[in-house]
Amino acid sequence: MTAPELTAPRRPMNRRTVGGAERWSWIFQRVSGVVLIVLIFTHLFVNLLTGDGVSQIDFAFVAGKWASPLWQWWDFVMLVLAMMHGTNGMRMLVNDYATRPFVRAMLHWALRISMIVIIVLGSLVIWTFDPCPTDAAGELLEGVPSFCESVL
Amino acid sequence: MWMWVVHRATGVAIFFFLLVHVLDTSLVRVSPEAYNEVIGAYKTPIYGLIEAGLVAAIVLHAFNGLRIIAVDRWTWALRRQRMLVWIVWGIFAVLMAGFLPRHLMHVFGGA
Repeated sequence: MTAPELTAPRRPMNRRTVGGAERWSWIFQRVSGVVLIVLIFTHLFVNLLTGDGVSQIDFAFVAGKWASPLWQWWDFVMLVLAMMHGTNGMRMLVNDYATRPFVRAMLHWALRISMIVIIVLGSLVIWTFDPCPTDAAGELLEGVPSFCESVL
Repeated sequence: MWMWVVHRATGVAIFFFLLVHVLDTSLVRVSPEAYNEVIGAYKTPIYGLIEAGLVAAIVLHAFNGLRIIAVDRWTWALRRQRMLVWIVWGIFAVLMAGFLPRHLMHVFGGA
């Protein structure tokens, strides 16, 4: 199969003809994609391949990681970029497949709302995380990391 | 064409996993017990296999994404885009060969 003959466009592409939101969405998708490869591959390597892999993951493991601002920021940036990248990608699918205006508008709203809810929820969890929660009597709850003993 | 389907399918799968993953991680804010109980499900054989599929989807999406960027950006990549598809599958095979044995040992015991 040969490619069709291409003719020069009547209006050449320049800064004025390609602009606006779609162009930024295109650039964002590529830049965030490259950054996410670094963030997510490291996330998967540290959580699934080092130590005991998936079987090591519990509350104490999360508390140990988030004791370091590096991992808090790592997970926060990953959360925001991944949700924006994913929502932007889903938006392209909605634009391709949802032809009825009402359905399309509803899906766009569902995507926007879920993106904001998940980013806000995830950010609150990362930044308000308490590694040593206690019960009403002030006793440490079961499952907290061992460093909590020396903190209390 | 098929890579286009693969990219969309893996993208949708990863998106929905991401929603669930943020929700399950949020349980650390409820109590250690709640989090450990739910995350314990991830360590069962069924979820262990789903995780392997998820990692496979992420690896494919990541390297096919790099191929898309290369093909958009450079004419040499556009000319060799078919070969780049094979390179994507090659990298996928190598990374999964490194990941799967260790992950499956963690899930099914023996490591």
